[in-house]
Amino acid sequence: MARKLNLRIWRGDSTTGALQDVQVDVNEGEVVLDVIHRVQATQMGDLAVRWNCKAGKCGSCSMEINGKPRLACMTQVASYDEDETITVTPLRAFPVIKDLVTDVSFNYKKAMEIPAYSPPADLAPGDARMEQIDVERSQEFRKCIECFLCQDTCHVIRDHEENKKSFAGPRFFIRIAELDMHPLDTLKNRKRTAQEEHGLGMCNITKCCTEVCPEHIRITDNAIIPMKERVVDIKYDPARWLGSKIRKRDGIV
Amino acid sequence: MTQLERHSYDVLVIGAGGAGLRAAVEAREAGLRVAIICKSLFGKAHTVMAEGGAAASMGNVNDNDNWMVHFRDTMRGGKFLNHFRMAELHAKEAPDRIWELEVWGALFDRTKEGKISQRNFGGHEYPRLAHVGDRTGLELIRTMQQRIVALQQQDGRDHGDMESHIKVFAELTITDILKENGKVSGAYGYWRETGSEVLFEAPAVIIATGGVGKTFKITSNSWEGTGDGHALALKAGANLVDMEFLQFHPTGMVWPPSVRGILVTESVRGEGGVLTNTAGERFMFNYIPDVFKKMYADNEAEADRWYLDQDNNRRPPELLPRDEVARAINSEVKAGRGTEHGGVFLDVSKRLPAEVIKKRLPSMWHQFYELAGVDITKEPMEVGPTCHYVMGGVEVEPDNAAAIGVPGLFAAGEVAGGMHGSNRLGGNSLTDLLVFGRRAGIGAAEYLKNNGKNPVSEAAIATAGAKIQAPFDRQGGENSYALHAELQEVAHNLVGIIRTASELEDAITKIADIRVRSANVAVSGGRKFNPGFHLAFDLDNMLLVAESTAKSALLRQESRGGHTRDDFPGMNNKWRQLNHISSFDGKQVNVREQALPVLPKELFDLFDVHELEKYMTSEEIAKGGSN
Repeated sequence: MARKLNLRIWRGDSTTGALQDVQVDVNEGEVVLDVIHRVQATQMGDLAVRWNCKAGKCGSCSMEINGKPRLACMTQVASYDEDETITVTPLRAFPVIKDLVTDVSFNYKKAMEIPAYSPPADLAPGDARMEQIDVERSQEFRKCIECFLCQDTCHVIRDHEENKKSFAGPRFFIRIAELDMHPLDTLKNRKRTAQEEHGLGMCNITKCCTEVCPEHIRITDNAIIPMKERVVDIKYDPARWLGSKIRKRDGIV
Repeated sequence: MTQLERHSYDVLVIGAGGAGLRAAVEAREAGLRVAIICKSLFGKAHTVMAEGGAAASMGNVNDNDNWMVHFRDTMRGGKFLNHFRMAELHAKEAPDRIWELEVWGALFDRTKEGKISQRNFGGHEYPRLAHVGDRTGLELIRTMQQRIVALQQQDGRDHGDMESHIKVFAELTITDILKENGKVSGAYGYWRETGSEVLFEAPAVIIATGGVGKTFKITSNSWEGTGDGHALALKAGANLVDMEFLQFHPTGMVWPPSVRGILVTESVRGEGGVLTNTAGERFMFNYIPDVFKKMYADNEAEADRWYLDQDNNRRPPELLPRDEVARAINSEVKAGRGTEHGGVFLDVSKRLPAEVIKKRLPSMWHQFYELAGVDITKEPMEVGPTCHYVMGGVEVEPDNAAAIGVPGLFAAGEVAGGMHGSNRLGGNSLTDLLVFGRRAGIGAAEYLKNNGKNPVSEAAIATAGAKIQAPFDRQGGENSYALHAELQEVAHNLVGIIRTASELEDAITKIADIRVRSANVAVSGGRKFNPGFHLAFDLDNMLLVAESTAKSALLRQESRGGHTRDDFPGMNNKWRQLNHISSFDGKQVNVREQALPVLPKELFDLFDVHELEKYMTSEEIAKGGSN
C-alpha cells in the first residue's frame, strides 16, 4: 500500500540552488528513482534527472542519496526508516547542469587520453586463443558500467578541482589495468604512464572507490595496488634504476 | 535570437547503440567525417542491456554449425516472413563481425581450446551465442566505444585534432530529418542540456535509433525506446515494414511493481532453467507447435538428457522461439495457473550449483537479489511477458541499408525492418547491429561518391525551429506525462500480446484522439534540461509508431510470430506472402500490402521441402523458389 515519503531534492543550476521538500507516494518495492519519477510526473515536470535502464546496468542515474554516491535505480526506499527524510543531491565532484544532472564530460575527456588497446599487428580475426583464466582478470574491470560513482567519491578530486588535470581517477585506473592485463595487448609502459601521466601516485588507497562500486569491482585491491606495487618494484629498485640510466632501457613494462 | 549552431559533416549517425557506432566506424574508415548523435550519454544506449549473447555460426562448440544452419534457424524463427536476403547476409557475415570485435579488444568467455565460447539459446540449433557472462551487450558497446576512441587517437596523430573525423554529440535529440530536392540534406534538433537548437548539414543520414518499447506499459526498454527513428523516417517519406510484429519477451520480472518488465535473460533457460505453473507442472510440453515437433522433446526425461547429450536428444521446449514461450505463459496465467502477481515460475536453482549460477548469470543474480529480494540460486523467479523488441521497421535495401524512397537516408539495427520477419531469435539482434551497421556505413560512403553536399534551405530551418518552440508558447495545455501514460495503457490493453479486431479498432480511435490532444501539449519551466519538454517530442514519435502498429495489426488476419489475433488464431500461408507497408501523408499513417520477395532457388533448396510445406502454398512449393 502506498505511504507518504518525505523527499528532499536539490534543485538549481550552476549559479544557484537549494534543497526543496516534497511529499510523495511510495509503494512496496520501489526504488528512489521511482519516487523521483513520480515527483517529476505529478509535481515538478521540469525536474532534471538522468536515467536509462532502471536495472543497474547502464550507470546513468548516479546521484548522492543521503550524502552517499549511489545508483537511484538500485536503492530501495525500504532500506531507509519509514519516518526518515531521503535527501537526493547531484554528484559533488562534477559541475551541476541542472537539479540532479551534472556535467560528467571530465570522464569522457580522460577516456580519450588513455592509449587504446593495441593488438599484435599480425592478429587475424578468429585466430586469437586465450584461456578463460587469463581473460577473467580483465573481464572484472570490463564489468564497469561507467556510473562514475568511484570518480565522485574519490577525495583526490571530490573537493579538489585543481587535481583533475593530472588525475584520471579510479574508473580509468581500472581501464589501464584491464589493458595491462589483456592477454593480447602489446603496448608497453602502461603502468609507467599510469604513474607519470594519469596520477596513479596521488591515490592513497583508502578504498572509497571500491566501496561505492555498484558492480563490486575490487578497484583498489585488483587494479590500483598491483599497478602501484609494480611501479615501486621497478621505479625504485636501485639496480634497475641504474640499468635504466646506463643502458637506457625502459624501467617499467 | 541567438545565432543558430551549425555543423557540417559527410555522414550523420543518429543513435549511438551497436548499429550506430558500427556504422560510424565504417564511415570513418572510408575517410568520411562523421557525427554521432546520442540521446543519452555516450555508452548508455540500450544495447548495454543485451544480456545473453551474439549469434554467429563460428562453430567453436559444435562444428556442425555453419551459416546455412543459422540462416534456416532465423527463417524458422521469423516464420518465413523475413527478408531472405537480410537473413542470408546476417548469417554469412556474423562470424566475421564477432572476430573483428575481438581484434578491437573485446574479451568474450572462452572454450577449453581458448576460442570464443558459444551458448545455447531459443531457436538456435547449435550453441551459437558468443557471450560474456550475461552482460554481452555491455561488452559490445564498450568495445565499439573504445574502438571509436582508438580511431580518434589516430586522427589526433594524423590531423592534430582528435575530433577531426568522428565527433560524438551526447544528449542531443533530433526532431527532423531535412531534405532538399528530394534528397537528404541534414537534420535538426536540440541539446537536451540547454534546449538550444542545432542544425546538422549532412548529405547522408544513418538512422540507428533502436526500438519502440516505451509505447507500452510493461517493457524492458529504457526511456530512449520511443520510436524516434521510425517516426523520423516516416516523416521524411520512408516506409515502415510489418509494424504489427512486436516481440514480447517471455521472461520479464513481474514483482515488485516497480521492476515489472525488466528483462530476465533467455540465458537462464539456455543454462537449464525450467518454467512451471503454480500447480508445479512444467507446462511448455503442452505448447509445442506442429512445425517444431521434430526438434523439441515431448517429455521431461529427454529434455533433461539434452543438456548432457545434444546429438541424441531433442531440445527442451523452454527453448522454443520467444513468441511461442510468451504466448504459453500468457495462456497459463489466463487459465488461472499463474502466480498471484500474474507470472509463472522460472527456476535454475535445481539445475546448477549456486557458484555456477553466480558465475554464468551474475547480473541476474544481482538484479533479483537487490530489486526483488529473491536469491535465484535457492528459489525460483517470477516471470511474465514484457514488450522487448520491434521486428518491424524502416524498409531498406538489404545490401546497403538504404531506406527505400529517400535518397541519402539509411537505417540499421532494431529500427530497420525485414531481417527478423515476424519474430526475432535471441542473439540475432547483436549480430544484426554489427552486420547491418557496417553495411549502412559502406552504403553511405558509396552514396556520397555520386552525391555531394545538399545545402539546407532557410525555410526548412525556420519550420523545424518553430516546432521546437511551440510547446513553450502554449498556456495550460495537456501534460506530456499524462498523455504518455494514457498511450501506454491503450497500447498495452488493446495492441498487446493478444489482439482482436474490435480492440484494434478501438485503439486506432483512441490513438488518434491522443494525437489531437498531443498537438496541444504545454511545457512548464524553461528549455534547460527539461524532461517534460523532451517527452513532448518523444510522445509525438510514439504516437506515429502506435498508429502504424495498430493499423497493420488490424489488417493482418492471422497469427504469426509477434502478432497474435484471438479472432484469427492460425497461421495462414496466404498472409506469409505479404508485407505491410506503412507510410505517412502528413496527417495519418496509411498501410498497404506488398508482395514479399520470393526465396531464390539456392536458398529454397537449403530446406527440406516438407518443412516448407508448413509455411508455403502449394503453388510456391511447385515453383521451388525464384529462377
